[in-house]
Amino acid sequence: MEYVLQPWPWYVSGPLIAIVMFLLIYFGKTFGMSSNLETLCALGGAGKKIKHFNFNWKDKKWNLVVVIGAIIGGYIAQFMLSNPINIDLNPKTVEHLQVLGFDNVGKSLLPPEIYDWGHALTFKGISILIIGGLLIGFGTRYAGGCTSGHAITGLSSFQLPSLIAVIGFFIGGLIMIYLLFPLIF
Amino acid sequence: MKYLKFLLVGIFFGIVLVKSEAVSWYRIYEMFRFESFHMYGIIGSAVVTGILLLWLTKKLKLKNTEGTLMRVPLKEKGFTRFILGGSIFGLGWALSGACPGPLFILLGTGVSSILITIIAAIFGTFIYGLLKDKLPH
Repeated sequence: MEYVLQPWPWYVSGPLIAIVMFLLIYFGKTFGMSSNLETLCALGGAGKKIKHFNFNWKDKKWNLVVVIGAIIGGYIAQFMLSNPINIDLNPKTVEHLQVLGFDNVGKSLLPPEIYDWGHALTFKGISILIIGGLLIGFGTRYAGGCTSGHAITGLSSFQLPSLIAVIGFFIGGLIMIYLLFPLIF
Repeated sequence: MKYLKFLLVGIFFGIVLVKSEAVSWYRIYEMFRFESFHMYGIIGSAVVTGILLLWLTKKLKLKNTEGTLMRVPLKEKGFTRFILGGSIFGLGWALSGACPGPLFILLGTGVSSILITIIAAIFGTFIYGLLKDKLPH
């Protein structure tokens, strides 16, 4: 149990994620989390006006159930399977973040400077949350997948489009961290 | 109860992503700074295990629960949509510190403000659907 309560090393976590992909393919489906965002659009009636969402969302209900499970899994891991422990980040990373004004680096999963309601409800705070979401939602659908669909499933099945998408993930991520973070924070 | 198996896979997925710290904004920042092997180890070992499992699937001609051969859906061919869409997602991934799976998982860990990002992400997907025919693919 002691090992379960500790953070899990990469060589345990990575193969377990591959098993999630394998199980979903075994169930006749596929591993793709961003598809749920368009299923939710269809569920909300977006298909009446826009062709892209004109599909029967019920065919994708299984994936929404995976999402509900993931939320429950997040709860279980956080509140039943974790000892409070700081994230073991590279001290250099911590230093960079302190320069940017982050004071509680690694003490929780997410920086309170972004996700605490006190910050989230300022103009800057809510802009960060909204713009981040818009980029994720727009980008993943444009690219036809996210980390699960492209980086894990696509690369595991040697698909060139997925490699191009993953290169894109890094182009965007590096621009954000190196060019935009110093302007934002 | 045909959905129970999907619920269980989802729960397992959520637990793994929290326990691996892959849902941590800090880990994503560290990854994009190339200052830790952790995230590369997770994604890399997932891909290597995935390659192995899919190779075995093919070799043994495994069937899925529907009774047909197990197979991975193929992505369409192209370049523009993958590099542009990928880059746009990358900007959001680094800013929010979460990709679509973790967005939901983090809600379960008690971060209620991420609901704003989830709603914005659904709206972002909606905007894509709206502009789809005008975008280069």
